[in-house]
Amino acid sequence: MSSIKIELRQEDVNKIKEICSSFRNDPQELINVLHKCQEHFGYLPAEIQEVISDELEVPLAKVYGVVTFYSFFTMTPKGKHPVSICMGTACYVRGAEKVMDEFKKELGLQVGQTTKDGKFSLSSLRCVGACGLAPVVMIGDKTYGRVAPDDVRNILKEYE
Amino acid sequence: MVCGGTGCSGSQGEALLDNLNLELEANALENDIHVVKAGCFGLCSTGPNIKIIPGNVIYTGVKPDDAKEIVSEHIMKGRPVERLLFTDPLTKKKLTTEKELSPFRKQLRLVLRNCGVIDPGNIDDAIAHDAYAALSMALTEMKPADVIKIIKDSGLRGRGGGGFSTGLKWEIAAKNKSDEKYVVCNADEGDPGAFMDRSVLEGDPHAVLEAMAICGYAIKAAKGLIYIRAEYPLAVARLKTAIEQAREYGLLGKDIMGSGFNFDIEIRYGAGAFVCGEETALIHSMEGLRGEPTVKPPFPAESGYRNKPTNVNNVETFACISPIILKGAEWFSSIGTQKSKGTKVFALAGKINNVGLIEVPMGTTLREVVYDIGGGIRNGRKFKAAQTGGPSGGCLTEKHLDTPIDFDNLIEAGSMMGSGGLIVMDEDDCMVSVAKFFLDFTVEESCGKCAPCRIGNKRLYELLDHITKGKGTPADLDRLKNMCLVIKDTSLCGLGQSSPNPVLSTLENFKDEYDSHVTAKKCPAGHCKDLMEYFIISANCVGCTACARVCPVGAITGERKEPHVINPAICIKCGACKEKCKFDAIIIQ
Repeated sequence: MSSIKIELRQEDVNKIKEICSSFRNDPQELINVLHKCQEHFGYLPAEIQEVISDELEVPLAKVYGVVTFYSFFTMTPKGKHPVSICMGTACYVRGAEKVMDEFKKELGLQVGQTTKDGKFSLSSLRCVGACGLAPVVMIGDKTYGRVAPDDVRNILKEYE
Repeated sequence: MVCGGTGCSGSQGEALLDNLNLELEANALENDIHVVKAGCFGLCSTGPNIKIIPGNVIYTGVKPDDAKEIVSEHIMKGRPVERLLFTDPLTKKKLTTEKELSPFRKQLRLVLRNCGVIDPGNIDDAIAHDAYAALSMALTEMKPADVIKIIKDSGLRGRGGGGFSTGLKWEIAAKNKSDEKYVVCNADEGDPGAFMDRSVLEGDPHAVLEAMAICGYAIKAAKGLIYIRAEYPLAVARLKTAIEQAREYGLLGKDIMGSGFNFDIEIRYGAGAFVCGEETALIHSMEGLRGEPTVKPPFPAESGYRNKPTNVNNVETFACISPIILKGAEWFSSIGTQKSKGTKVFALAGKINNVGLIEVPMGTTLREVVYDIGGGIRNGRKFKAAQTGGPSGGCLTEKHLDTPIDFDNLIEAGSMMGSGGLIVMDEDDCMVSVAKFFLDFTVEESCGKCAPCRIGNKRLYELLDHITKGKGTPADLDRLKNMCLVIKDTSLCGLGQSSPNPVLSTLENFKDEYDSHVTAKKCPAGHCKDLMEYFIISANCVGCTACARVCPVGAITGERKEPHVINPAICIKCGACKEKCKFDAIIIQ
């Protein structure tokens, strides 16, 4: 599983149990439980999945299977400023690839990685529904539209 | 009305809204004029947009600082602010109202009837625009069988992609006897480049709730579930508000309108998996499992959510229901073509002037969509292709410009309706790369359950990658085609059965482009990096050394004031030299 080994504090374990019981420990609510846990912890490392597996009485392999199946769930922590580049078709034909390359170069990251200082993480996403602004980049909740490769450095400066 | 769609909000629409409120307060007008965050107007490329009622004057590209002028000029003095009016991209004329605006002229807004018209956060506003009138009519004047008949007679076909008759689907679900049944709304819009469902949910959530209740009444289900992407926070918030308000008004819950009919709706979250748009996969996902499809039959109408009969329709399909009940099957079937009735919403995007959300009667030609509504190709370039149906669809070319768009014509042209993304491409787009782009998507989104889709699409992608890198041979094109046909025939679900479409359709329509990739090893659109060679025309080169200085790998050599040369063995084709050259001496071959 994940290479990062973490130790959950008792209060974290309690929080997970609380989330599970708020869904009546119903195995059919697994995805909702994962959503809530990711919202709280920011990511879903193996240790969290183990607690969920015990609480909902779902085999750990199944929990892991679901976490890795859906692109929304992540097992590595996201950066403080998650950078997502829209790779929808509209953005693609308007040059999202080049914008992505520029972010990779500037941040020294590949898609799915986080900088060592935990500041930025890089991901691609499929259509945010703002095709009029293509190509679109999202950093946290902020949307940047009509991004050209030359804008990348200035955008990142905002977060220094 | 300030457009609250994602495109407009993303370009300072929020700040504009605040400023308008401040300006109105400063002039003591806050009680007479309401600023409303409305649903998407469909003019996404010019956002943020606002509309002022009465008069329906539309302003585009409004900046937060413009709030002052709009309030002092338009609202207080009644003079329109000329510079903020919409400019027609073809005639360069300034246009004022929705009726005049060229993008709206050929449109018929039926699904989007209330988007940008009502305040989506206010149920009273929705009711004033006929929301829940159809539900009341169904509950008081019609039997469930009457409802099904009217939907069947209207000829409505599912808007999610397949185009199956909605009335028939309801009828099958109604016939299956069970103590529990479910109505599911598929709002898992995963198609890259499509945002129709999202706009309906954001702009007119009650339309969907009402239709789900009508469906519940027709098939005798008491429970509705909306499966929506967690990535659509605004749509989720609007739905939650709408559900609460509807419960308060007794339009959802127990004994709706005193009819004895019970129906309530819950939201379920998706977590980002394209395959969950497939009915059976969606149902598994709602049950907390991996979203993998299963073989049909049994169809969800027999055994779906929790093994109970389940009717799944998409957002746009549901949004058609209320007008059909209110205005009748005949009215609906009078719109559109012989076998495709009603309208279709398209998310028009790509290399086009008026990007946005449009709704046209079935049978509108591609030419009308691209030129009359879309305002033509950006920067005066030439139209090359329009891609419909996303990763499951194909390309329409110049020769299809005058084909009426409907379910059957699109399939005949080697594409499909899909959910309604319509991406326009110009001569700079390489069709082999476009096919590769979609395959990349499919490879990532294939659930992995069946081998043809999991392995076949990966192999397809590798072959295409090979070709774009100049390593392909003419024999590869035959292999490509064969593999496509095998994947289509043998995949388990709709995803795999349609995933080779982008390849087959580009192979059919742009064979010459594939040929030149594998034989001459050239990319005619100048897109594939590995097939390009940068070259300096010595006659144009003055030896300014600008290119040599900017080259990151030192591939350019030459004396001052002498023509320079590029060493293709070192060149990484970054294009920096071409951008820098002021004398047009550097060309791509």
